[in-house]
Formats: sequence, C-alpha cells, structure tokens
Amino acid sequence: MSKRKLKVSAIKNGTVIDHIPANYLFKVISILGLDKIPNQITFGNNLESHKLIHKAIIKVSDKFFEDKEINKIALIAPAAKLNIIRDYEVVEKKVVNVLEEVIGIVKCFNPMCITNNEQITTKFTVVSKKEIALKCHYCEKITSEEHLTII
Amino acid sequence: MKGKSLVSISDFSKEEILEIVKLAADFEANPSQSLLKGKVVSSLFFEPSTRTRLSFETAINRLSGSVVGFTDSSSSSTTKGETLKDTIKMVSNYSDLIVMRHPLEGSARYAAEQSDVPVINAGDGANQHPTQTLLDIYSIYKTQGTLEDLNIFLVGDLKYGRTVHSLLMAMSMFNPIFNFIAPEELKIPDEYKLFLDSKGIRYFEHSEFTDIISEADILYMTRVQRERFSDPIEYEKVKNVYVLRNSMLDNTKDNLRILHPLPRVNEIHTDVDDNPKAYYFTQAQNGVYTRMAIMAAILGLK
Repeated sequence: MSKRKLKVSAIKNGTVIDHIPANYLFKVISILGLDKIPNQITFGNNLESHKLIHKAIIKVSDKFFEDKEINKIALIAPAAKLNIIRDYEVVEKKVVNVLEEVIGIVKCFNPMCITNNEQITTKFTVVSKKEIALKCHYCEKITSEEHLTII
Repeated sequence: MKGKSLVSISDFSKEEILEIVKLAADFEANPSQSLLKGKVVSSLFFEPSTRTRLSFETAINRLSGSVVGFTDSSSSSTTKGETLKDTIKMVSNYSDLIVMRHPLEGSARYAAEQSDVPVINAGDGANQHPTQTLLDIYSIYKTQGTLEDLNIFLVGDLKYGRTVHSLLMAMSMFNPIFNFIAPEELKIPDEYKLFLDSKGIRYFEHSEFTDIISEADILYMTRVQRERFSDPIEYEKVKNVYVLRNSMLDNTKDNLRILHPLPRVNEIHTDVDDNPKAYYFTQAQNGVYTRMAIMAAILGLK
C-alpha cells in the first residue's frame, strides 16, 4: 500500500487557498495578481474533492492576504477556504465573503454599456449576495449570476 | 446643487426636485434673465435629438449664455476615433457646463467623472433622461398645484420607456397611486414593482385601456414601438388598443391632464389636441423653463 501523499507539496509559511472551482483556477490567480508576484507558488488543478467535483488549490509562500484582497474571489469561488500556515502548521482558517462593491473583475452584461465600448474599469454595487446580482455603476443595469463574465 | 452633475434622476433629492420646480416657475414668470452672460455651455450631441437640443439651446440663449458643440457625432472628432474621455477632458477646459446626449448607456456617469465642470445628461441610450423627468414633474406640479397624493396613469410601453421608469422613481417620493396600462409584452418590469412594494406605494396593473381612466389626475401616454415586438402579429393586435381618443375623456376628472414625452405617432388621436385636458405641447414648452432652472441651479446662479 502506498502512503497517502499530498498532490501539492506543503509550504512552511504562507496561505493555502483551497476549494476553488477547477475552471476558475487561473481566474483566481489573475484576480489576486499571483502571476505578478515573486513568491513561490504551487498549485494543483482538477483534483478530486468532496465538496466540488473538481477543485483547484493554490499554495502561496510568504503571502498573507488582507480580507479586502481575498474577498475579490468570492464571486467566482464562494466556497474557497483559506488556511494560514506558519511553520508548517495551520494557525488560522478563513472563508471568503462577497464585497459590497466589485471593481474591475466583472464585465457588464449590457452590450450598450459604455464600459463595453471604451477602456473603463467596471464598477458594480452588489444588490444581492445570495443569487449574485450586480448593478453597474455606469449603465445601472443588473448583471445576474447566470450572465456573470469575469474579465 | 452647485457644481453637481445631473446624470440620473436619483442624483437629486426630494428637496432638490422641489427647488427645481420652484425655480422653473420663476423663470416662466420672468424668462429673460441674463444669468449665463459670459458663460459657455458645451452642447455635445453624439446622436441627433432635435427636440432636446433645441430646448436646451433655447434655455441657454434665454439666459444670455453662449453655446458651443456639435449636433451629431459625424461632425465631431469621434469619427477620427477619439475616445469619449478625451473629448470630455478637452471640452471641460473650454466651458462652464456640459450638456451631453450619447447613445451608450452609462456614458453620462463616465463623462461626469472625467469632467472638471458639471455634466447634464440629456439622454444616455435607454438609461436615463433626467431633464425630461424634471420637466414632467414641473408639468404635473403646474397643472395639479401639488405633487402629493396624485393618481397617475401610465399607458403604453412601460417595459422599455425610460421616461416612465424615471418618472415612477421620482414621483414615488410624493405618495402617489400608480395605474399601469400596457400590453402583456410591455408590462412594467418586476424590479419597479418591487421598488414600489418596498416603499409601500399602491399600484394597479391593467391590460385594457378603458373607462378606468375616470380616476386619473395625470394620464401619461407613451409610444408603443413596432421594433419592441418579436412577433409582428402581436404588434398589429395592440397598436390600436392603446390609443387615446377624445370620446374617452368624457367622464374624466376636470383636473385631468394628458402628458406625453413626444414625439407621438398614433397613440393620441389628433381629436384630443383641442381638448383643454391635452397638455403635451405646453409640457414641451415647460422643458425650456425647467432646463433654465437646472442650469442656473447647477452653476450656482440662483
């Protein structure tokens, strides 16, 4: 019998982001700007999960996220769990929460919106968190969960 | 209101709306006041709208201000590929106030953020047209003597009509009763009904345009447009149902006035025009006074 083995190796200090939907791994990396930092990052995708059919996991060494920063991923990875690691031990667990405002992550659903026609950072207020509904700051139209596209 | 842009009707509080109504009445009583003398107003019409543009330009001229601008985007640098941001940045250096009409929704909010001078939205696509709403409110006030506790009937295209939606939002501050008369395809959207529910405002929905209008203080007619229907047969069925004829006004209240944002097609029969309850042409004239009031208030001149 082979020993159970971690598919993504452990880190000494940093943050583990678990339970990301597999199809959103690279979006999460991009939203958090992980492709632009010098830290060591390991990730696994299409892993088996109890909660999701396929999940992704990211381990970022020597990085501890502010709530404001990490909550940006709540729109696409609402079930994400964070483990804060110090000296190979989990010292804290966190979940993510949808923000009141969503800036620059989501595309407005309305093709006639100015943000889809000129280089403008999108901005929405969250009018419903349960079934995600975002009201565009510019055209005032609602983008609902089924029409949600991540930029 | 000084220095504030007017992008959406919700940018103005109840007090500010009442202030505009009061100022509009002042300007109507005394229309030639040189308050804008020495001021330059940019009138940027990225799509043509003769009625709105002439109304604004008349208001500016009556206040002795100067107008610069263009009447459609083919005569502006937009055709050379200039962004809205760059146009606004440049124009806001030239003028004291910008009046803008643009086919894209949200363009006015964006322009207001980019501009160093206030921006008045003269229509951004299907989104907002707040000066129309304010002139509607002024017309209601003028004809009824109050804005409170009125029974307002909205007829026609209640789904896509932006004037209807903005008027509904604004009048909701004044404890109205709403009656909605529309074909199935053009019913008032649920989001507005939820809004009225949340404010505890009574409303009734009807699909027949009948003698229920005998209860009305205001009858706000809108155009039912052919292009809104996916099935042309459905349009043919309803196009003549939501038409107001003079004979329908026999049992209506004396204070009833008929409003329409214009242009009309056939939804108000021309036999209504001579009825003293027909108010839509005066309503358009009220637009000039209302826009004088809005500009004077935003520039802090009144």
